[in-house]
Amino acid sequence: MSTRQSFDKALADLQQDVLRMASVVEKLIYNAVKSLATQDPILAGEVIEGDDLVDEQRFQIEDKIIKIIATQQPMAKDLRILITGIRIIISLERMADHSVDIARVTMCLVEEKLIKPLVSITAMAKLAQQMVRDGLDAYVHNDPDKAREMCEADDEVDHIYHQTYKHLVSFMKRDPDTIGQATYLLFVARFLERIADHATNIGEAVIFQATGEWKELN
Amino acid sequence: MAYKITAKGLNLYYREMQALNKINLDIEERHVTALIGPSGCGKSTFLRTLNRMNDLIEGVRVEGQILLDGEDIYQSSVDVVALRKKVGMVFQRPNPFPMTIYENIAYGPKIHGQRNRRLLDQIVESSLQAAALWEEVKDRLHKPALGLSGGQQQRLCIARLLAVEPEILLMDEPTSALDPISTLKVEELIRELKSKYTIVIVTHNMQQAARVSDTTAFFLSGELVEFGDTELIFTGPRDKRTEDYITGRFG
Repeated sequence: MSTRQSFDKALADLQQDVLRMASVVEKLIYNAVKSLATQDPILAGEVIEGDDLVDEQRFQIEDKIIKIIATQQPMAKDLRILITGIRIIISLERMADHSVDIARVTMCLVEEKLIKPLVSITAMAKLAQQMVRDGLDAYVHNDPDKAREMCEADDEVDHIYHQTYKHLVSFMKRDPDTIGQATYLLFVARFLERIADHATNIGEAVIFQATGEWKELN
Repeated sequence: MAYKITAKGLNLYYREMQALNKINLDIEERHVTALIGPSGCGKSTFLRTLNRMNDLIEGVRVEGQILLDGEDIYQSSVDVVALRKKVGMVFQRPNPFPMTIYENIAYGPKIHGQRNRRLLDQIVESSLQAAALWEEVKDRLHKPALGLSGGQQQRLCIARLLAVEPEILLMDEPTSALDPISTLKVEELIRELKSKYTIVIVTHNMQQAARVSDTTAFFLSGELVEFGDTELIFTGPRDKRTEDYITGRFG
């Protein structure tokens, strides 16, 4: 019999809480980009409102972690699991904020015809979402190799971001009437690039959880 | 680097029973080294080899070496009394002599030949200062030491050690009989004493080891399982057995 059954259960529950929060955030990212591509203000509104739930989850999980630290004096792997939990929920919460940022852009562009199909933005969004999924998968399996592999995808996101930047600037130069919308789309590309960065933060936290070492991976 | 204490291939037997098995360990000068492990793991036995306290137990046999400043303390030529003056020890329960506070501190220096009253006064004051007890007892130096609280008595015992100018302080669960506030005072004292003394502490309190020590050694069944920087031992131990022990999932 484990000598710390209730503590072990608290740690297992914590992981489930983090995953529940992650699934809400994944949906927000997906819906934010979809709302922009389909110019759907109702969906964008749902994303903006959905952020409140994420904030609430974040504070609840943080509270639980603080209570565990205060009452159980975690050490070694246990301590790393809790620190990793905090790091991940902070990253998730930031991702949710960026989804809201994207949804707000949707609201601003809802009356406008898009200057171009959102090919590269959609590609970035897909990559970023895959990174988030892989990062959480690495978290569930406590797999540092998978976390490292996931972080490598960040280079591709950065690459598309820079291409998108050049592309949108050339639009603005050619036709100053596009400056407003192109700037908004540039913001969106930037928000997606940040979401991918937060995914690498999750990867770093997973590696810390498994090995006790911090490595900058982005 | 030259270490203050080095254990080399140390074996210790209580008659037929082997209590320490090939211990190799380097202890740095002016560092706090914590020895942790479950009951019966050999950590206190190891501590007691450092000033040959085990010599007092019948049937104990020691093999290997303990080098103190490069000299083997188990050589037959070693003066054990001088060794124990250099390597002092604090025990689990405070054990002041049934005398006044002043006499407790002056006792050691007197035994070692100090008779000058003025110098003894100075030693008593500086030792009590160093043990962070002076302010609490300066107005009752000639009252019985047994009238002090448990935490004060333990600090008095530390002051009594300091009065004979040791280089190494061995502490065998020095706070296990103390209340939490007294415990924290002794821990604070350990951190202060580190600037002048090499300290080796046995503790069952994992948080204490994490708070006060620079390096930690984990013992199990007479073997040294893991030894390293305290921060690393408590955040990312290399050995699964260490991990299980410090996270409370042992056995």
